[in-house]
Amino acid sequence: MPKIKLPTQSPHIDMTPMVDLFSVVLIFLMLTTTMRQPEPANVDTPFSISETPTPDFNMMTFLLAPDGKVFMNFDNGPDTILAFRPKILQEMGKRYEIEFTEAELRFFQKYKSSIGVPILQMKEFLGTDDNNVRNSLNIGIPIDSADNQLAMWILYARQVNPSIQACIKGDSETEFATVERVLDILQEKNVNRFNLITSLEAAKINLEEIQQ
Amino acid sequence: MAEIIQEEKGKGGKKRAKKHPPHIDMTPMVDLMCLLIVFFMLTTAFNKAKIMEIILPEKIKDPTKQEAPRISASRTLNILLGPDGKIYTYPGSVKPEEYSAVPPILPPLNETDYSPEGIRKLMLDKNKTLARRIAEFRQEVVSGKIQISPDSVRSTISKMKSDDDTGPIVLIKAYKKANYGNFVDILDEMNICGIASYMFTKITWYEEKMVETAAGITPTLSSSNNP
Repeated sequence: MPKIKLPTQSPHIDMTPMVDLFSVVLIFLMLTTTMRQPEPANVDTPFSISETPTPDFNMMTFLLAPDGKVFMNFDNGPDTILAFRPKILQEMGKRYEIEFTEAELRFFQKYKSSIGVPILQMKEFLGTDDNNVRNSLNIGIPIDSADNQLAMWILYARQVNPSIQACIKGDSETEFATVERVLDILQEKNVNRFNLITSLEAAKINLEEIQQ
Repeated sequence: MAEIIQEEKGKGGKKRAKKHPPHIDMTPMVDLMCLLIVFFMLTTAFNKAKIMEIILPEKIKDPTKQEAPRISASRTLNILLGPDGKIYTYPGSVKPEEYSAVPPILPPLNETDYSPEGIRKLMLDKNKTLARRIAEFRQEVVSGKIQISPDSVRSTISKMKSDDDTGPIVLIKAYKKANYGNFVDILDEMNICGIASYMFTKITWYEEKMVETAAGITPTLSSSNNP
């Protein structure tokens, strides 16, 4: 029997449905995404059973890095017209006799990550386009009693936005001494209510165990 | 390769020159879309972080006005957060004079840890009645016996807590070498066990000493609370 020669053809795969599906997923992701902000320090939050979601607005967040550096972040308020960030910076500038230009204030308004820049270097930080320079200036807000800039930030943040709430986002490995210092500073400014940012974890206790 | 297949229509009409269906190579587009999807999936924060609220007692600016809160010593349980994930607990209270006395009069310090068999068992043991009532109530809500809104679940539980007068009064104090994770863990443990009254207070110098002795740390000189 002679062999039947099959014509060698490249198989046609119709990719259209796949492309369709990809488009749908892509559009979904693009619309639902809220970008994760790059933070100046990597922080693994501890776990808790709390299920209250983080509010979107009126928050000042203190980022406590494991090496004891403190960063701070606050939002622009529920409406962008309110523009709390540049106002707070302006107040800080007045306190430390630094005049910030329009462009610098605008940049600060749009800068979403936490900041840990000593106020005297703030102008340099806002002026530069180089990310490396920026990172090298992000060394943590001074919190020692001689130069307590964190207290000033808290003071002006609360002055500009009276309904601001304090949030603490710490790494599990951060030493308690740092946390205590930040809590102390907050309490000095009459903030007694804190929100600790945690990740969700399930914990169950069964009835039998208690009845034993 | 991908292609768009076009159906030929109108076979009965005029004879035209045979049209080739246009071949569009979709591979680069698919590649790009894959990349974008991966990018968005990695940068999307799907689950939002949760918050746990704590309220600290107001600081008293004038120390002369400070009055020690009157709480019954038999219900008091002190939790000292030590270094390396250790917890020390002791009942009652210690006065500085008692520590300085020779020999010091110290309550037994009990060492435990953050595991469910450690501190959770201890807390549930002390808080049996209330924990059981809360757990039973939750069970009834989950199983559908009681149908109320989540808000009233919360308020019912907080009512149960404020009515309770058998559970322990927990004082939490953190040694400076404890970490933030321990702090959150212990507050979380209080929530899990349904402890009605707990308080976070500053550690005293003699409690620091007690932790140091128990954990075998040579005391540091930085302790500013030392008289």
